[in-house]
Amino acid sequence: MNRILASARTEFIIALRNRWITISVAMMVLFSLVLSAAGSAPTGALGADKLSVTVASLTSLAVYLVPLVALLMSFDAIAGEIERGTLPLVLTYPVKRGELVLGKFTAHLAILAIAIAAGYGIAAIAAVATDQNAFLGLPALLRLFWSSLLLGATFIGIGYGISAFARRPGAAAGLVIGLWLVLIVLYDLGLLAAIVADDGGTFTNDYFQWLLLGNPADAFRLYNLAASDATTAAAGLAGAANSIPPVHALISILAWPVAAIGIALLAFRRVTP
Amino acid sequence: MCLTLSQVTKCYDDHTVLNAVGFDVAAGERVALLGHNGAGKSTLMKIILGLIPADKGTIKVLGTEPGSNIAKTGTAYLPENAAFHPALSGYEQLCYYLRLRGENTNQAMPLLERVGLAQAAKRRIGTYSKGMRQRVGLAQALIGKPRLLILDEPTSGLDPVSRREFYVILDELAAQGTAILLSSHALTEVEARTDRIVILSSGVMVANDTLASLRRQASLPIRLQVSASVGKADEVASKLSGDRRNGVMVDLVCRSDEKLARLGDISALGSLIEDVDVIQPSLEDIYSHFSKGGDA
Repeated sequence: MNRILASARTEFIIALRNRWITISVAMMVLFSLVLSAAGSAPTGALGADKLSVTVASLTSLAVYLVPLVALLMSFDAIAGEIERGTLPLVLTYPVKRGELVLGKFTAHLAILAIAIAAGYGIAAIAAVATDQNAFLGLPALLRLFWSSLLLGATFIGIGYGISAFARRPGAAAGLVIGLWLVLIVLYDLGLLAAIVADDGGTFTNDYFQWLLLGNPADAFRLYNLAASDATTAAAGLAGAANSIPPVHALISILAWPVAAIGIALLAFRRVTP
Repeated sequence: MCLTLSQVTKCYDDHTVLNAVGFDVAAGERVALLGHNGAGKSTLMKIILGLIPADKGTIKVLGTEPGSNIAKTGTAYLPENAAFHPALSGYEQLCYYLRLRGENTNQAMPLLERVGLAQAAKRRIGTYSKGMRQRVGLAQALIGKPRLLILDEPTSGLDPVSRREFYVILDELAAQGTAILLSSHALTEVEARTDRIVILSSGVMVANDTLASLRRQASLPIRLQVSASVGKADEVASKLSGDRRNGVMVDLVCRSDEKLARLGDISALGSLIEDVDVIQPSLEDIYSHFSKGGDA
């Protein structure tokens, strides 16, 4: 445990020096402020308290931004150590590879938590300032916070896996951006195209919901929008998947971080210093 | 024995990097591992540290398998070209290593002082010179009084004064019972600072002995450099059947056991001779003799 904390502490100092904390907090705050200013325009929802509306907007934002920040923080974690030549020395210390990975994970997750808390906090303050009923949306905001952290944890783990697999920071950076595009942007478009082509056939009825739950970002969106009172028709595919029970989405967003860390550990074990 | 190696073999694809290497290092002993680039020194060290597995042979580090918790706890390593995260200061980096070994971080400054880095402790390692990074590497290797110290080309990048300070620290550790295995390119550097020399050549161990003993085994020829009186070089060369090197110098080459007889021949020439120098085979000659398999 002490060794995990030692690694986490060092990783946190490095992120502070490399301005990663500043960059991720600034990104989250900036985008949250823009969304708050736009108010209910993106969803067109009426009749709910302002914070619940903000949460619906933040959900759409988090789906893109949280995985991106998580991947950008994590892609260098192992490939960078290999390239700098710092890995062989640390592996001769009485520390397990899993402890090193968990140390880095703790630090990166803490940074992500700070950035998300800052972004959502600003949005919440903006909502409360303009609507006295906004406190009603507080449970939805808290749910969004911890589920965003789980989403971030998933992509930090995947980033480590790619980092260990690629072994060079340049290659790892390219791979994480590619993965982000595929999982976050193209995946939904692909599913949408498949549904249109299928026209209510077996794909739409039997496979579609499982494919949606299998993607951590879609599961995150499903869970937050399904649980939110504000709007369920917010974002394209989520609207099409109204029939999926939120508990299935919850299982997916809980299982993904564990699986992602497992992938990272397996990939790191295969690295020869 | 702190380190025991027997029949250690490592192959990459078809290429044999280490071929049945075996030697021991006892507590308090300083052993130099010599060899050209690619002789297998770094590979052997990585196997001892448990970073890569050997294909064959047995290795005991502090009585256990390489890479076991006991082995890792008692062993310190200084890699060739020690590298650290450029964003951390020397002090922060050392605190990290102390925490990983479960030691108190208040040892960080004394350790940095010991390697002469106290002034630069709060500066980022990114601003350090190669020699300063090497000192951070040495400082981390001193954490917790290791029982076995593995040093890969430890003095590369150090100036002559720092090299001397470095060997003073090694002597102190050896006196406390630390077994030391260090690799180097140059025999001249490790002379008198190590107890025993192991020479690897293309993955094969070609020597494992003290320097004096290696010198005897090699029995390389001795050179006698004779200065003849003015204008007498040709006469001296022919009488001693040697080679005239220039206007006054004549070179003779002989075996160690012929030395006294040849010196007698030279002194018999009396006034034809101005001076004579006996030149022993250099350490590099001895190293070259063994690393080329004895045909140097």
